[in-house]
Amino acid sequence: MNPFTYTRASAPEAAVHALNANTKCLGGGTNLVDLMKDGVEHPDHLLDVNHIGLDKIEASATGARIGASARNSDLANHPGIVANYPLLSHALLSGASPQLRNMATTAGNLMQRTRCYYFMDTAFPACNKRAPGTGCGALSGINRYHAILGQTDDGPHSPHSCIATNPSDMNVALYALDAQVEVLGPHGKRTIPVIDFHRLPGNDPALDTVLKPDELITAVTLPQAKFAKNSWYLKARDRQSYAFALVSVAAGLELDGNTIRSAGLALGGVAHKPWRSHEAEAALANQPATPDTFRKAAEIALRGAHGYKYNAFKIELAKQCIVRALTQATQGVQQA
Amino acid sequence: MCNRPARSAPLHPEAPVTPCTELDPPEQDLLQSHELELTRRHFLAASSVVSAGLAVGISPAAAQRTSASAQANMVPITLTINKQQRTLTIDTRTSLLDLLREHLDLTGSKKGCDHGQCGACTVLLDGRRVNSCLTLAVAAQGAEITTIEGLGTPDNLSPAQSAFLAHDGFQCGYCTPGQICSATALADEVQHGELSQVSFETGHTQHPGSPAGSPAGVEHPDLTDDEIRERMSGNICRCGAYPNIVAAVRQLTRNGGRA
Repeated sequence: MNPFTYTRASAPEAAVHALNANTKCLGGGTNLVDLMKDGVEHPDHLLDVNHIGLDKIEASATGARIGASARNSDLANHPGIVANYPLLSHALLSGASPQLRNMATTAGNLMQRTRCYYFMDTAFPACNKRAPGTGCGALSGINRYHAILGQTDDGPHSPHSCIATNPSDMNVALYALDAQVEVLGPHGKRTIPVIDFHRLPGNDPALDTVLKPDELITAVTLPQAKFAKNSWYLKARDRQSYAFALVSVAAGLELDGNTIRSAGLALGGVAHKPWRSHEAEAALANQPATPDTFRKAAEIALRGAHGYKYNAFKIELAKQCIVRALTQATQGVQQA
Repeated sequence: MCNRPARSAPLHPEAPVTPCTELDPPEQDLLQSHELELTRRHFLAASSVVSAGLAVGISPAAAQRTSASAQANMVPITLTINKQQRTLTIDTRTSLLDLLREHLDLTGSKKGCDHGQCGACTVLLDGRRVNSCLTLAVAAQGAEITTIEGLGTPDNLSPAQSAFLAHDGFQCGYCTPGQICSATALADEVQHGELSQVSFETGHTQHPGSPAGSPAGVEHPDLTDDEIRERMSGNICRCGAYPNIVAAVRQLTRNGGRA
């Protein structure tokens, strides 16, 4: 690990003042410290933002405001979140381990970096995300956990190629729930819809988000709760617990009898950012909540998907997961 | 090498910096120099600028610069470990796990993967289980840490220790301190009605019979073996003692955390 200096910020404004390109904010450290140990991240300075009063959570049926440094375990167990946004609790509790959820923060989870092996191991020479311009090792390598939607594939030697995925579970639920991200910068606050907060790789895979180096995430907000009764987070993975998603689905339904009034649908593990399909959501709206409807939406959501040697199976897996998650959401929380 | 100047602001305004009480300064430098290259340089440079400069072919001024930047990464911290307040000066890179094992000789917490994947390093921080390998010691400033050494004694085992002993919840024992710290926190989480992913699968996210939207935490989730496995999934056992670990946690939680 590279040497670094450390300070504790005293207030959000002071934190913003101290931010620059060589400084990283420290939340739980579960991702950042891990990457620093392997030399993937090497900030000169760590700014601890855990003690600046951003850990509060307020949640009711009319909306939620989640502090940037609220721990994943506190958020998942917050009574107002469990009651009104169970999709978010379900997604959070599907990720990591109890120990890591006690450490990880809301903002840290938004900023979580990919688990692509070629990104995480500096012994691999090619990674446009870690070392811009070096190519993409995953395209011709082991790509089981990699993207099938929205990726940049100009060949393994292109400086633009990237098929990394966003590994967060929380983010997938936030996409389906229409969350907004509040950030503070030197010129004041701005609010970014979460679906615009993360980027597709485009021609610059090094950048995961639109957050600027001198901006601090202060909160995540949720609109009125629409899916309190009918939601499901389905995570398909190589083992039952404590593993990253091959494919995950956050599904929320607003039902009127058996008719879908509106739907929220986002996929994890398939793209550089959670993949929300507005087209699939539109195909669900005002339709009967039947397997036929769900299958049509699944086909639409996976339109344009492209798989590789080790992950082509994820296209069909994602469709099946969508149908199953929507079916479970229709039934609501299972009765014991 | 970071050339950022030393920060003048105190790390923790509420807790004034106090001198190291663990070791005399020369011993402390020696101890830290064993494991940290930067600290070794700092030690050499600080103890004999001229000879160090001659030995490695750099000017005294350069040696002083090295010393200054090394100083910027050495910080005094105070935290409470097993109810004992500790104050010492550490390199910012020191994990809480290395602080415990290498600086304080509390070797009960184990280093398995050092990447937050195995759980052997699990300790309680302000009562909550965390991976000490991914916790920077400097960020734990002011916290209360409990390690396996602080849970019980051979003559007075903690409920979780008794349960693991009663059910033979280990083989080689390397993961056991982490397993026991984790199980200790698990019992507390269950007492507080905290949920797991399995709670959603089984519909135990709210009080039975209460209207939808009632707050969580009013009922202890029904702790089936599936729940126990899910809640202990952050602790890997290479020997595969899982059935006995589940039995130990079952006993622990059925007795409300009292063995």
